[in-house]
Amino acid sequence: MASVSVPAERPGGLLRRPHATTGWWSWFTTVDHKKIGILYGITAFGFFLIGGSEALLIRVQLARPDQTFLEPAVYNELFTMHGITMVFLVVMPLSAAFFNYLLPLMIGARDVVFPRLNAFSYWAFLFAGLFIYSSWFLGGAPNGGWFGYAPNSVTDPSVGMTFYAIGLLIAGIASTVSAVNLAVTVLNMRAPGMTLFRMPVFVWMGLVVQLLLAFSLPVITIGLTELLFDRLFGTHFFDVAAGGSPVLWQHLFWLFGHPEVYILVLPAMGIVSEILPVFARKPLFGYQFIVFSGIAIGFIGFGVWAHHMFAVGLGPVANTAFAVSTMIIAIPTGVKIFNWLGTLWNGDLRFATPMLFSIGFIAMFVIGGLSGVTHAVVPSDYQQTDTYYIVAHFHYVLFGGAIFGLFGGIYYWWPKVFGRMLSETWGKLNFWLMLIGFNMTFGPMHILGLQGMPRRIQSYPASLGLSFWNMVSSIGAFVIAISVLVFLINAISSFRKPKQMEADPWDARTLEWATSSPPPEYNFEEIPVVHSLDDLWHRKYAETEGGRVVPVAAGGSGETPSAGEHAGGDGGAGHGAGHAIHMPSPSYFPLIAAAGFPIVGYGLIFGRPAIVLGLVITLAGFFGWAMEPSSE
Amino acid sequence: MVLGLVALAVVAVACAPNATQSTLEPKGPYAQKSYDLFVPVFWVAVGIFVIVEGLLLLFVIRYRHRKNQTARIPAQVHGNTRLEIAWTILPTLILAGVAVPTIATIWDLAAKPTGDVLEVNVLAHQWWWEFDYPDQKILTANELHIPTGRPVYVTLCAVGFGYGTPVPSQGGPPAPNACQTGPPDGQPPAAIGAAVIHSFWVPELAGTQDVVPDLTNHLTIQADEPGVYEGQCKEFCGLSHAYMKFKVVAHTPADFERWVAEQQAPASPDVSGDAAAGKEIFLQTCTACHAVAGLETANGQPAIANGGPNLTHLMSRQCFRGCTLEVNDENLARWIADPRSVEAGSFMPDYGLTSDQIDQVVAFLNTLE
Repeated sequence: MASVSVPAERPGGLLRRPHATTGWWSWFTTVDHKKIGILYGITAFGFFLIGGSEALLIRVQLARPDQTFLEPAVYNELFTMHGITMVFLVVMPLSAAFFNYLLPLMIGARDVVFPRLNAFSYWAFLFAGLFIYSSWFLGGAPNGGWFGYAPNSVTDPSVGMTFYAIGLLIAGIASTVSAVNLAVTVLNMRAPGMTLFRMPVFVWMGLVVQLLLAFSLPVITIGLTELLFDRLFGTHFFDVAAGGSPVLWQHLFWLFGHPEVYILVLPAMGIVSEILPVFARKPLFGYQFIVFSGIAIGFIGFGVWAHHMFAVGLGPVANTAFAVSTMIIAIPTGVKIFNWLGTLWNGDLRFATPMLFSIGFIAMFVIGGLSGVTHAVVPSDYQQTDTYYIVAHFHYVLFGGAIFGLFGGIYYWWPKVFGRMLSETWGKLNFWLMLIGFNMTFGPMHILGLQGMPRRIQSYPASLGLSFWNMVSSIGAFVIAISVLVFLINAISSFRKPKQMEADPWDARTLEWATSSPPPEYNFEEIPVVHSLDDLWHRKYAETEGGRVVPVAAGGSGETPSAGEHAGGDGGAGHGAGHAIHMPSPSYFPLIAAAGFPIVGYGLIFGRPAIVLGLVITLAGFFGWAMEPSSE
Repeated sequence: MVLGLVALAVVAVACAPNATQSTLEPKGPYAQKSYDLFVPVFWVAVGIFVIVEGLLLLFVIRYRHRKNQTARIPAQVHGNTRLEIAWTILPTLILAGVAVPTIATIWDLAAKPTGDVLEVNVLAHQWWWEFDYPDQKILTANELHIPTGRPVYVTLCAVGFGYGTPVPSQGGPPAPNACQTGPPDGQPPAAIGAAVIHSFWVPELAGTQDVVPDLTNHLTIQADEPGVYEGQCKEFCGLSHAYMKFKVVAHTPADFERWVAEQQAPASPDVSGDAAAGKEIFLQTCTACHAVAGLETANGQPAIANGGPNLTHLMSRQCFRGCTLEVNDENLARWIADPRSVEAGSFMPDYGLTSDQIDQVVAFLNTLE
């Protein structure tokens, strides 16, 4: 499905196209969307542990007033890196892990449309993360906030914000490439009968997110390039004395930054929209409304950015306009929540761990959404902006929302990915500890913010009367840490159990459960033919004339479509174990092409020769990629 | 459960008396306007919170799968268009109800106050505040003195290190009502460091206004009762952002006039003993950045504050270094001895003075009443 017409063989090839799809080395050359999804997931989880540790250090420093545990320089690096890590290296790639793994399976495809490009995205993301983190050892980490407001981010003498600009540019390349790849996959690779309105909501949210990425990343790319030029080459984009404008940075940053919020939370909304129907044993309530509200959020999300800038001084006209647009975006968000409630109504609710996290998601996201509406009340926001009230708000959206949803997804699809169940006992402990720890940590921050605690302060005096809730919040952070530890124990111990290989352990509704767990490299022996939304459910259950739902007598759960229903596709009927299915061969070149980027980055900072070296490596990677035969 | 407790806690602690920089205890009409919008919206939000979380809990309990129950496959309901329309329109109406007073207040707060208004220019430095009273010709730092019952219209300017604020009482021009972002006339551009963004915030008196290098922003504050109100820079502005605080001291109108008169008087030039020795050191080193009205530098020029606070009436202030240190001999000596050990990234250099010299400078500073 990928490589269409490539040279059959090439003279004097240095790196022959690899064949192995098993063994540790195959992880470096893989182009299989499932393996790449797992790589994304593991890498993002590693960064989650690092970003979480940074948060713990921050909470230790703030546990009591007037502490000197962390000096300001280190504190500023930590809160900056915590933000960059959690946004760009955890929630985005963890969502990418789900999209990579699941989108092809859910639409009945064998892989993404550009498998090597998919691998390239992963490696570029990994190198971006490693590049940014290497700054700790090479002169100091970014210290100007994840929002990198100019001119502070330009004038700061340490090298950190240069790492920030280059690192995020590399991560932006990874995300842009991946966005195009996944969007084209969803639009072009659907199985026969899988019309747009038969796609699972998770696929829809995936499509919306990829389009958001494709349109918002260019904006931040411009901003980061200007920042980089100001820092390295003496341009004056943000220098007032030379006619530049610091407010320009804020517009560029938030015109990306607000769609980014939906890039972070829509995947979790998609996950929850998959989990709720399965564990309520009834279809998603208002499927079209959930889809259209997701699309509406995507569009309106580009028109609310200046609500991050109400106190900047844009004037009453701008503040009025963005107050109204911000209130409008609350409406489709509310529609989603009511439809999830409608899904639960009259269901047969089974509280397995994925369901617990999904219900936790709804409960916590409602709080984040409501506090979000209070920000749209501009004069009220004049008080709340840049306080811990905001910190509380967006953690309810991005942790109570995105992270809870993603954890639900991990528990839900773990058996599909690894063929093993996670322990329900550990899972429930994981959920309750996380729910309690989360509310202990971020609930009090509402109070702290309203009582006048600004954000991004390394210390606060005892006289402000903020000590009690800060201590509560810090204790809560460690409860969260314990819950993550419980998850790790659960994850690791699941590998000591034998593979159960059950295709459909949850009695689910969507196509990824129609193939084995874990799925074969080619996903489906025969490309399924789709007849309806929740196609798998309709293969398993039918409605009687009286409206009762009964299991279909013939065929058990998790069987591939009956004979005569498959679309010709790659293999004919009668082949076993997918022998005749051609899958793209692994390749070294995505890794090589991506490896040049950080070297160019180091060259920009430390010396020009490395720029040449990096460019040569990347170009060599692309050249080898282009000339690579489909197999050899 | 957990959520209810959180909501309760918010309400309970909203009234806690020990928070001294709280948005929940407005002490003037401008802060009151923000608060009067926050409170009703908060209760509407609490109402929606209770309804949504209540329904969630109800469904979770009512429709849970019971252990002894035979397997039930619920009716496969796909949606209900009437309900969809209802829960699209209802929130829209609620939000429209919120939007009307919001927009009215946005315009209300943006208007320049009329009548008897005190105007003050606020210059935000890394990491301290300078307050310039153009009509009174007063320049002070970290403490904004205002009269009660009178709107104070502040003009907010971000300035870079080395920005020389003319000393008004020495005949310098009053600072303009629009921010001057370049160097004053006659100074080379390189003398001015880049200004960064700050945010001016006295929660008990008004909401925030950012201080942005390419904008001239304004904000109106007003205190109803005499007292000291805590203020703080809210926008991350570099290394020592956490230590960029200030105080607003509200006096009765009569007391305010007295304070103005005291500030307008020049510092007493006659000093003796340690203070005289300290004055010599001050003239040779400190006047590179700090001005004292009535004092001339070693080469006979009137001192211009090039980046440091005007110290004419230092002893009349309670605090220095972004109002995070009390003005006393010990703190001043510690600060002069090694500014960067006290404040990360401080622009004040360590001149390597001996401890005797430092004591002499402190003795001189003590005469600046």
